Amino acid sequence: MDKLTVPQIQQKANDIREDIIRMLEKAGSGHSAGPLGLADIFATLYFNILNINPADPEWADRDIMLLSNGHCVPVQYAAMAESGFFDVEELLTLRQFGSRLQGHPERERLPGLENTSGPLGSGLSQAAGYAYSLQYIDDIKHRFVYVMLGDGELDEGNIWEAAMFAGKNKLSQLIGFIDRNNIQIDGSTEDVMPLEDLKGKWESFGWHVLEIDGHNIESIIDAASQGRAITNRPTMIIAHTIPGKGVDFMEYDYKWHGTPPNSDQAKLALEKLRTLDGKITHEGAGV
Amino acid sequence: MTYPLDPALFTDDMKLDPTRAGFGRGLKAAGEANEAIVALCADLTESTQMHLFKEAFPKRFIEIGVAEQNLVTVASGMARAGKIPFTSSYAAFSPGRNWEQIRTTIALNNQPVKIVGSHAGIYTGKDGATHQMLEDIALMRVLPRMVVVAPGDAIEAEKATKAIAENGQPSYIRLAREKTPVFSLDESPFEIGKAYVLKEGTDVALMGTGTMTYQLLLAAKILAEQGINAEVVHVPTIKPLDDETILASAKKTGRVITAEEAQIAGGFGSAVAELLSEKLPMPVKRFGVQDRFGESGDPKDIFMSLRLTGEQFAEDIAKWCEETPRYHQEA
Repeated sequence: MDKLTVPQIQQKANDIREDIIRMLEKAGSGHSAGPLGLADIFATLYFNILNINPADPEWADRDIMLLSNGHCVPVQYAAMAESGFFDVEELLTLRQFGSRLQGHPERERLPGLENTSGPLGSGLSQAAGYAYSLQYIDDIKHRFVYVMLGDGELDEGNIWEAAMFAGKNKLSQLIGFIDRNNIQIDGSTEDVMPLEDLKGKWESFGWHVLEIDGHNIESIIDAASQGRAITNRPTMIIAHTIPGKGVDFMEYDYKWHGTPPNSDQAKLALEKLRTLDGKITHEGAGV
Repeated sequence: MTYPLDPALFTDDMKLDPTRAGFGRGLKAAGEANEAIVALCADLTESTQMHLFKEAFPKRFIEIGVAEQNLVTVASGMARAGKIPFTSSYAAFSPGRNWEQIRTTIALNNQPVKIVGSHAGIYTGKDGATHQMLEDIALMRVLPRMVVVAPGDAIEAEKATKAIAENGQPSYIRLAREKTPVFSLDESPFEIGKAYVLKEGTDVALMGTGTMTYQLLLAAKILAEQGINAEVVHVPTIKPLDDETILASAKKTGRVITAEEAQIAGGFGSAVAELLSEKLPMPVKRFGVQDRFGESGDPKDIFMSLRLTGEQFAEDIAKWCEETPRYHQEA
């Protein structure tokens, strides 16, 4: 796939946000805040970072994109549809009976998904297993394994088992993202179960750690690029994001974690997102 | 076809070997035959007999440490990368601790990861109730797509390991720590999903899985001396169950005993009882652990206390047969 420029990616991110609002309104259930907050990162992954072929989802030379926080899958579905894995109209089947777009991702239902997730804490291990195979068994150096983690998810012990394993084995083809939006279902992450010093934690497990603005496309591209260039450690990118980003009445409000918009709210949200069209393409440094 | 039993059975020359040793040999052989096979262990490499594979194929062995959740999820990722991962730990920890990860990332995700539960059942003995895994059959049998195998002896464990290596499915194999009698021969058949009539009989069908099959053979020998002609059916594959062989023996004998070294709730006996209650309702008696935990001690003493020995089976079966009329199929 051709890599898009920063302004083009920004436009794609907004398209993805609009898709998310439409999908969730139609589905009548699902998570709003996380997927909206991840739109910039997923747009950047699917339109710039990932070496993938939507026409051939099992392409042998592809990069691997795993989702550990499966409840955020609407953003991945939207990014997949926008990049050509399937028709954008199919997004409206999310969570409906018979749909390939399950409420939480099920690998076998939809070509292009690399794992099945929903119960939290298992994606990093799966990514590490894949990366281990590439690095130590198959001696393939040109493919990378990316994985998205939620921050609330880091409460799970399985994550830290995987962090130790990846650190021990210096899995340099493994690049993680943490969606650091500071919310989880019961409130702020620092109230529910404090995660800080988050950077220090990952560093102490042997990871190369970057902290970025998860809405700055250039930063996202640069961080992934740096992750690929580090050859003696796995890389964790702590991406600070605003939950609900782009829809002002959802932003920062943990109540939108597990709630979809109703039709009035969706209408309002889409209007607000449309006013960003054209504006956000001029923000940032531009490429 | 008559199932060939080891002629040394019940003699002083009878061979003893732990099923986990058969697994170790089978895994090494499977690894020689297929380069996609990798092995992951949670800090119990020699205990679970994975060291034979590790020594032969160091590049394909992965030490996970004491982290059973990571054990099966790393394996899931490796399977996505085209590998056939075998994961081993004690059954109490895997699938005991990591059942949800197995459910989501292996069964639902449909990856051909092999879960090897060593030190399952009462033969774990002195370690006590914490380490005597009795619930694993129920836990794994309930998962869609999961194949569940409890080999009867070490020779069969070797064959079962090679078979699940190539079956392309999520699979669980249940192994015992201690040496147990070897009743089969290299030429005895083993196929996933098949049960085998080890001894023909007409009065009652004794169906066993894992190490309990030998105890049923012993019970049948004692019962024969008392004039009770018992059929012995070995059911190494608990899922998928060999309905045909089980129903045929049940129909022929009209009474069924099941035996397993596990909780009777949800286990092998439950699987047989479910089948019979739907297809051929008849008297069934389930031998196993009756809704309690084990305890520390010599396995022999614990088996005695749970009435899970061949001699006790013979006694209890004779009594049960006396009280329980045979089911007669209407013409």
